[in-house]
Amino acid sequence: MDASTAGRPPTDAAPTPVSAAGATAHRQATLTRNGRTIGMVWQRELIRLRRTPTRIITGLAQPIIFLFIMGAGLGQLIQQDVPGGFDYQQFLFPGILSMSIITSALFSAVSIVWDREFGFMREMLVAPVSRTSIVLGKALGGGTVAVVQGLILIVAAPIVGVDLTVGRLFLLVVSLLLLAYAMTAFGMVMATRIERMESFQMVMTLVMQPMIFLSGAVFPLQNLPTWLSVITHLNPATYAVDLVRRSVLPDAPGVEIAGWEVPMWAEALLVLAIGTALLALAVRLFSKTD
Amino acid sequence: MTDAAPAPAVEVEHLVKRFGDFTAVDDVSFTVAPGELFGFLGPNGAGKTTTISMLCTLLSASAGRASVAGHDITTQRDEVRASIGLVFQELTLDDYLTADENLRFHAVMYGVPRSELAARIAPLLEMVGLTERKGQQVRFFSGGMKRRLEIARGLIHAPRVLFLDEPTIGLDPQTRAHIWDYVDELRRRESTTMFLTTHYMDEAERCDRIAIIDQGRIVAIDTPDALKAAVGADAVTFATADDARAARQLSEAFGVEVVGQNGGLVVRVPDGEGFVPSAFGVLSVGVQSVSVRRPSLDDVFIKYTGRAIRDAEAGAGDQFKMNPMVRGFRRG
Repeated sequence: MDASTAGRPPTDAAPTPVSAAGATAHRQATLTRNGRTIGMVWQRELIRLRRTPTRIITGLAQPIIFLFIMGAGLGQLIQQDVPGGFDYQQFLFPGILSMSIITSALFSAVSIVWDREFGFMREMLVAPVSRTSIVLGKALGGGTVAVVQGLILIVAAPIVGVDLTVGRLFLLVVSLLLLAYAMTAFGMVMATRIERMESFQMVMTLVMQPMIFLSGAVFPLQNLPTWLSVITHLNPATYAVDLVRRSVLPDAPGVEIAGWEVPMWAEALLVLAIGTALLALAVRLFSKTD
Repeated sequence: MTDAAPAPAVEVEHLVKRFGDFTAVDDVSFTVAPGELFGFLGPNGAGKTTTISMLCTLLSASAGRASVAGHDITTQRDEVRASIGLVFQELTLDDYLTADENLRFHAVMYGVPRSELAARIAPLLEMVGLTERKGQQVRFFSGGMKRRLEIARGLIHAPRVLFLDEPTIGLDPQTRAHIWDYVDELRRRESTTMFLTTHYMDEAERCDRIAIIDQGRIVAIDTPDALKAAVGADAVTFATADDARAARQLSEAFGVEVVGQNGGLVVRVPDGEGFVPSAFGVLSVGVQSVSVRRPSLDDVFIKYTGRAIRDAEAGAGDQFKMNPMVRGFRRG
């Protein structure tokens, strides 16, 4: 180093490696830095959630309104039990959990648009860390926030008459995690393409609402008119919602494709695969933005 | 490590940035020595931020090459990023994090070991006078405090070069003076190379060397004193009862060029104060006022670009207003 840097603390800014050992140490340092960055980005999302309690409240208000008001009101109109022998509110419960996860996972991606609009994104982009770490940290953070909100709603289960055993609870948490994973990734993909806050909300409404309503979250998919049945079967969210429902209501009939009931493990794999593909796409798109 | 002469902190050769048909940075070359305080002076839209963005690897260059702290900005992006600190023109803090959390976040991304975190953060907070506020969320900070925190943040990883893009934009004069105190203090203590952009003349005056940039080109580069000396002369301005006659008498007696400007006569001479008494000796018209002014960087700017920096800015003003970052920042 030249004279001007003498006496200053050494930087961790790894200099160009000169030897093989140096190269290994350099790679190690880069890995550590990226790993810690993922953790930090994740932690930041949680800190921000904790500091804006209104977000938690609004995130819970909508599903609770749907579950209790719509559930009670519409349930009274529905004379016969829904397939599987449940009353409407029981049927609706896993649907509302899914809806809550979908909404908050998709909207968690807003933080990317938000960071871009308020400049913090530049602070992250100019740092010597890979963009992949930033996206992964964001996705983890968004997923965690969504799952936490979903878990809070679980306390409503006994009120609407859904019995939760330890086994069912375990299955439920796993399916909620999968759903949150896929939806956060989907949100990330959209966030990388959308520059402004307003357009994000518009796209969300146009994409999110149809996706929720056509997924079997609020009404059973059996005995639908053909056109509607085709659309619901093409909607990937259908399989995720079905997975959540069958975790807590084992007697519920699963989605059928040409008379074949799709097994839960296949649904889980499908959601996992779609989520992974979307996350990979998000990383790619994000790395390309200038 | 093996070089005898200190390598330049920043070395730029024929750097170009085009956006479509528009050339924002047009064949720019310069070097910055280690420890130097180097300034880019120019109106908004001159290409200052674009140049900094390329040097910080946020934008890719269209042509030419540059290195920062010895690392090539195109082929060694990560090494460049690790060796620089950057204070953006717009604020880039997370308002919902505390001052301390913002600094920690930054330190983690730059690979500062966990064990050193506290030892690095404390003296920096002390230097920018924010020790008492470290646990407070940044949204409760004033614009000046935020800026100071950003300067501290840019230094946590002990960068070789600190880039400051319009560090005092939108701040009131008192806060601006404060920021400069910190910059001076920093230079004394850390001898960090600093590269700043500004469109304020008084800030450019403080630099070791400045490059005047206009419409994407460097039109002059030197120490502020040398640049002013190159303009040459003091400007002596006369307001007289009969400007035409006075102009004739002055040019006949001293052989100088007399220019009518701002309703007065301006004569450029090496020694303005010595010139005034001799001028009175030859003038037979009533003189209402005389003023002598040393050349300023404004004059330098006019000399090289043909217009004042304020006029150059008038055209670029709209762009400035459109930038939501700046708007938000000014409100704060």
